[in-house]
Amino acid sequence: MKRLIALLALFGACSLAAPVIAQDKPAASAAEAKPAEAKPAEAKPAESATAAPAAVTAAAAPAATATPAPVPNKGDTAWMIVATVLVILMTIPGLALFYGGLVRTKNMLSVLMQVFVTFCLISVLWVFYGYSIAFTEGNAFFGGFSRLFLAGMNADSTAATFSKGVVIPEYIYVAFQLTFAAITPCLIVGAFAERVKFSAVLLFMALWFTFAYLPIAHMVWYWPGPDGFTDAAAADKATATAGWLFQKGALDFAGGTVVHINAGIAALVGAYVIGKRIGYNKEAMTPHSLTLTMVGASLLWVGWFGFNVGSNLEATGTAAMVFVNTLVATAAAALSWLFFENMFKGRPSMLGAASGAVAGLVAITPACGFVGPMGAIALGLIAGAVCLWGVSGLKRMLGADDSLDVFGVHGVGGTIGALGTAVFAAPSLGGVGIYDYVANKTAPDYSIMSQLMIQGTGVITTIIWSGVVAFIAYKIVDMVIGLRVPEEEEREGLDVTSHGETAYHA
Amino acid sequence: MKLVTAIIKPFKLDEVREALSAIGVQGITVTEVKGFGRQKGHTELYRGAEYVVDFLPKVKIEAAIKSEMLDQAIEAIEKSASTGKIGDGKIFVFELSQVIRIRTGETGAEAL
Repeated sequence: MKRLIALLALFGACSLAAPVIAQDKPAASAAEAKPAEAKPAEAKPAESATAAPAAVTAAAAPAATATPAPVPNKGDTAWMIVATVLVILMTIPGLALFYGGLVRTKNMLSVLMQVFVTFCLISVLWVFYGYSIAFTEGNAFFGGFSRLFLAGMNADSTAATFSKGVVIPEYIYVAFQLTFAAITPCLIVGAFAERVKFSAVLLFMALWFTFAYLPIAHMVWYWPGPDGFTDAAAADKATATAGWLFQKGALDFAGGTVVHINAGIAALVGAYVIGKRIGYNKEAMTPHSLTLTMVGASLLWVGWFGFNVGSNLEATGTAAMVFVNTLVATAAAALSWLFFENMFKGRPSMLGAASGAVAGLVAITPACGFVGPMGAIALGLIAGAVCLWGVSGLKRMLGADDSLDVFGVHGVGGTIGALGTAVFAAPSLGGVGIYDYVANKTAPDYSIMSQLMIQGTGVITTIIWSGVVAFIAYKIVDMVIGLRVPEEEEREGLDVTSHGETAYHA
Repeated sequence: MKLVTAIIKPFKLDEVREALSAIGVQGITVTEVKGFGRQKGHTELYRGAEYVVDFLPKVKIEAAIKSEMLDQAIEAIEKSASTGKIGDGKIFVFELSQVIRIRTGETGAEAL
């Protein structure tokens, strides 16, 4: 397979990969250019000055066999630690407050709890078996069990990045990917808020995480790292061990399919299976604090820099480009949402601004490492407008009580992002194209249409897989413990009836 | 003695209090309330969901006064609370059969 893509994803087990690394260090650092970097030689500011001259001779040299295993760069490691903390900030408190502000006073704590405890649960499951199944070599759909309970990992273990010969500590890679695995189920909480049983949430999350999140993450993101891509034959061999969608060439920089479409579909299915809230469309179900929702949306935006920029796995020029894309796409989407809201509904609202920003963040997530800033703005403008329709027109058509519009924002926004990536990644539209790790440069031929087909395959695969798993998981939970609280508890509010507390004391 | 209850626009509260003090009313009780009259409510839009809000926030003031002050008090409230626009509120007047000051036990007009 000639089309080799820089996707985000790698794996641990670099101790295994080390002998395969058949390039000396200077050559690797000079050739490590990220997909986004037009000039390979400027990949790493710290080392480029010395590495560039060395590369001229080293690049032509045949691969050496006995080279020391690469050591993580302190700057990369520091950035990944910060990025991981930022993604935790997105979830708790960011997402929890964003959702919490949108429900009624009587259910505030229940939503905060569902997000908080889901985060805790998935964190533990991730190190037990999640990481191993998602990010070690297995088949094209599931990874293996070599890292169960993080077996064999120590402080010297490393994980591959998108640059040959560049690694990061495996522990921080585990933690970074943990935050993704944890926030994704938390997103689903918004669909069945205000009526779901707390224990049902936890059981559902464990099932869905195991049978939907992990395989999708493996399919899209698992690959053995760039070091094995020494020639076409070796590249084919390495690619054959990658996840199914990765092999197809699907681009998903930070999780448009794995995180947003995945959660969005599970949310929509949940809204159908659990049913509408009592009084839906009859009683007022107004958000109890848009102030907190704005605080939450802002924390999401800030944290998203860890999410998207951290997905680069290194502190490079591409990371800086991802940063700018994440900034401007979000701003554009908020403006776009408000423009159309003002046009069709008469007023620009705070909730509209916050929702638009989140829609933009969702849409730029898969694209942020492949598009240029103007492409990011275009994607944001489209996402703001379409997601506004997603939470109004489309929502009415679907007829489900997706209480906090998880599908309208994350499902729809994720799909726009996944498909838009194919369009705006085109070098002719300011994108960076696809990086060829064999030639060590950007592949010269980029076809929007063929990439669009690949992206579409990724979207449809995720929709079907996640939808089916979610449906079965909801049914199992309904049979085992029941999905909904009794009617009188729903009327009284979940804070008091499920948790024995109230959020506010007058 | 009379009990005068007035529903007014919240931002008129200070003016009404000053006007009542100026004519010698010794104290009032204020409550934040919601209600509807001829003034229409408004609609609120949260993403796709539209809600009609019928009950508007108002302030209710209660003042116990001597019967001979009634006309003066009504005039003071009317003038100070008026904007001329719909939603200015209403004044209700009740007979007040007894007033007792708890601290001293004084009753009737003495206790006002």
